[in-house]
Amino acid sequence: MTKLAQWLWGLALLGSTWAALTMGPTLGLELPLTCREVLWPLPAYLLVTVGCFALGTVGYRVATFHDCEDAALELQTQIQEARADLVRKGLLF
Amino acid sequence: MASVGVSRSLPRSRRDPEERGSRRDKFSVLLPTYNERENLPLIVWLLVKSFTESGFNYEIIIIDDGSPDGTREVAEQLENIFGSDKILLRPREKKLGLGTAYIHGMKHATGNYIIIMDADLSHHPKFIPEFIRKQKEGNFDIVSGTRYKGNGGVYGWDLKRKIISRGANFITQVLLRPGASDLTGSFRLYRKEVLQKLIEKCVSKGYVFQMEMIVRARQLNYTIGEVPISFVDRVYGESKLGGNEIVSFLKGLLTLFATT
Ligand SMILES: Nc1nc2c(ncn2[C@@H]2O[C@H](COP(=O)(O)OP(=O)(O)OP(=O)(O)O)[C@@H](O)[C@H]2O)c(=O)[nH]1
Ligand SMILES: [Mg+2]
Repeated sequence: MTKLAQWLWGLALLGSTWAALTMGPTLGLELPLTCREVLWPLPAYLLVTVGCFALGTVGYRVATFHDCEDAALELQTQIQEARADLVRKGLLF
Repeated sequence: MASVGVSRSLPRSRRDPEERGSRRDKFSVLLPTYNERENLPLIVWLLVKSFTESGFNYEIIIIDDGSPDGTREVAEQLENIFGSDKILLRPREKKLGLGTAYIHGMKHATGNYIIIMDADLSHHPKFIPEFIRKQKEGNFDIVSGTRYKGNGGVYGWDLKRKIISRGANFITQVLLRPGASDLTGSFRLYRKEVLQKLIEKCVSKGYVFQMEMIVRARQLNYTIGEVPISFVDRVYGESKLGGNEIVSFLKGLLTLFATT
């Protein structure tokens, strides 16, 4: 199964569960009114939550992306060293 | 007693590699180059230094695609300096792309492990001994460098590039669940036969090619180890990350999403 198919299956499963519960009364399934009031906008809430989670995660990871100052410095000194040694070995840059 | 203390305090990499059973192993480093005249001597020097210190058996295969800046001429000088058993030149006449450069280089590789890295100094050879250690530790088929874990990181990226990189990585992780944290990096160690199999299967180009390799690896149940690396953006030469790259990345991602 492709990743796309897995996603479609997952969404279809969630979607149909939600539909069955909100359509409950027509199917003869009685849920308390408060329950139905929460259930109705649930997908919208879910979408917003997921979106916030995604933005939060990416934001946090951007903020904590490690800046390798040391590695850059070390590379610079090694480049000098390499150049000197290569010239000694007869390389014409 | 004293001698035990001394041998213990020696860094691992200085000890006889035979001790770790890697005497028979040989590591072929594939260096594809296009206009890397400035960088090539430096990366080769660093590679030789790293391998000399760690004592592993190696060869460096340079695949130059007819660079107009004279990279090939520099490569020939390097071959003379370091010896044609260590530096192998396998040039091609014109720019035919990275994917086929790897295939071309691999045909000439005599090692049982292949290391793929960029020649632009963004991948530092000092990590190679860590890759090898990691591979031994878990007997992995692939060891991938990662900028996104542990002490890994980048240097020389502005905020925009960081956001694009982290964003793209997040979407990729969510959609593909690939089992490795750095999909677009190209600093990796492969068992030779594994790389051969993977390259046969991969069809995409550019950044997506690196990503597809990992996705196919997961499909084929190959094991992947990871080593945090620092990625220092190229010092010499042109860099390119434009709108085009992003669009083709997204296209490739969606193709993999729908087909694997
Ligand atoms: N043989 C060969 N090498 C190539 C070709 N295109 C790129 N390369 C080399 O492949 C490596 C990676 O290419 P880069 O241009 O650094 O690509 P990148 O890292 O995605 O992008 P920047 O570093 O930001 O420019 C470098 O060593 C290049 O010299 C090609 O068509 N043929
Ligand atoms: Mg690069």
